Amino acid sequence: MSDDSTVAELPGDALREGVVQALRDALGDALLDSVIVPQRDVWVRVRTDAWRQAGIVLRDTVGCDYFCFLSAIDWMPSPFGRGEDDPTQPAPERDTEIRQGVTGGDTRMQVFARVTNIAKHFGVTIKADVADDDTVVDSWVPVYAGANWHERETHEMFGIGFAGHPDLRNMYLPTDFEGHPLRKDFPLLARLVKPWPGIADVEPLPGDDSEDES
Amino acid sequence: MTDLADRQKLSYIAAQAADARLNVELETEGMTLNIGPQHPATHGTLRIIVRLDGEQVVWAEPSAGYMHRGYEKLTEVRTFPQVTALVNRIDWLGSFANEVPFILAAEQLMDIEAPPRAQWIRTILFELSRIANVSLFLGDLGVQLGAVTPVFMAFRDREYVLNLIESATGGRFHPNFDRIGGLKDDLPAGWIAETKQVMKKLRNFCDEIEELLFGNEIFQSRLRGIGVIPAEVAKQYGLSGANLRASGVDWDLRRDQKLPLAYDKVDWKVWTHPDGDSFARCWIRLQETREATHIVDQLLDGIPNGPIMAKVPRIIKVPEGEAWVSTENPLGEMGYYVVSKGDLGPFRVKIRSASFNNISIVPWVLRGVYVPDVISILASLYFILGDIDR
Repeated sequence: MSDDSTVAELPGDALREGVVQALRDALGDALLDSVIVPQRDVWVRVRTDAWRQAGIVLRDTVGCDYFCFLSAIDWMPSPFGRGEDDPTQPAPERDTEIRQGVTGGDTRMQVFARVTNIAKHFGVTIKADVADDDTVVDSWVPVYAGANWHERETHEMFGIGFAGHPDLRNMYLPTDFEGHPLRKDFPLLARLVKPWPGIADVEPLPGDDSEDES
Repeated sequence: MTDLADRQKLSYIAAQAADARLNVELETEGMTLNIGPQHPATHGTLRIIVRLDGEQVVWAEPSAGYMHRGYEKLTEVRTFPQVTALVNRIDWLGSFANEVPFILAAEQLMDIEAPPRAQWIRTILFELSRIANVSLFLGDLGVQLGAVTPVFMAFRDREYVLNLIESATGGRFHPNFDRIGGLKDDLPAGWIAETKQVMKKLRNFCDEIEELLFGNEIFQSRLRGIGVIPAEVAKQYGLSGANLRASGVDWDLRRDQKLPLAYDKVDWKVWTHPDGDSFARCWIRLQETREATHIVDQLLDGIPNGPIMAKVPRIIKVPEGEAWVSTENPLGEMGYYVVSKGDLGPFRVKIRSASFNNISIVPWVLRGVYVPDVISILASLYFILGDIDR
């Protein structure tokens, strides 16, 4: 019944290396870093000014014609921790070092996107730094029409601008809303005014040695 | 009947003609019409602003965000096991399916895998979510086009599936049953036999709907050749699930990627349709519901014995790393990009929900269509508000 539709061939790592090679050929030193996790996934990071060009290469050369998503990450550790502080006590000391994840980076914020090659069944995650003082990158709307709403969302949630986007209106928030909610320095007020009761869930039980299965 | 190329051409010509009219004859009386936020066709609070020229739409813009709950921000102050209770509420008709990709992403980062029995039961519950979700679509579809009977049949038969989900997980709508490393509980006694009975009922339901709706001449003339989305456009916008397969793209994440779920253990078929019109999208969903009952039937026969949970520490800390896992949910590709910093909770979770992309094509697809077709196209694209706004 499923003989004709079962595509057993899943992407190998050679395919992923091919993706990185194609980007390197097309972009040269604008390809800053790449990480291949065997049997799983591939990440690449490109220079900010090559962001749109990388999208075009992914679409036309690598064949990733399916647009999955586009968003951003704020790598700054939250100054509010996990929102579990007692509001009556002074705030504890926190780690403030910015550590970027896979493929590294130099800036606090990064845009990242994922596109998929449907014919060959693999996806690529691509990242680019967003400078702290110039939070504008090129829009992907001319490359992938579906990036339109994703960039609007990223714009209002992270305050990242997209040059060439037709209409960067707010999607969820009121037009005069101040701040960018998904930035780490935007407080989650509900957590600041009242202690979070859920913390009890993760306290070790008396006599628990983490071995008990039941 | 025109073939696909002709129909696509017609759709382009209609859109261009509508554009031309807007640009050239601006003095004609245009009209702006609000559909929603509360409208039976919007499945919730989605507002669609359409500008009309006579009976034809020249411009359309969905205005989402009436139900934005900020889950991406909330996940940053939750522990990993707590997140499933949140993401349950994204696509509320197929809740269990929302939990699975997140749990799989966390397991991938921790480098553990659920035992086979848990994987099989996960897959069964996943498909039951799909059946509960899509069977409501099939009934609702009738209502949108003026046929009232199918929705009663859908609610009647969906109830059986919800009862099954309830007896296995304890929750009808929000199971919150998936755990990192396995499942909360094993199946109750007698559940397998009961599920087989229900799958028979659901196949009957599919037959009834096929006869009552899909064989109906009015139904066909309302949907055939309407709202054609060519495959290239669908992929550009990131349409997924039945909407993409209805445009002839053979792409199903249940088959096309390697995940610790039991889909490769059963014999099933991915349905595609070459037309890309509203009828194709509805027809694909009907076939997929029926296919899902067959998947469940086969899985029930082969559930392996063994434990339901892998060995995981009671306090779950996920090692530093990033993982992307997406699955073929009832509405399309649903995925989580999870960033962990080795803490109790995720550092950042990007939730990629299917309806967000599926509905972003609305401005494109509604150009040049007639007002009654707006409703049928929206119905056939099938979205859940929680899945758009998150």
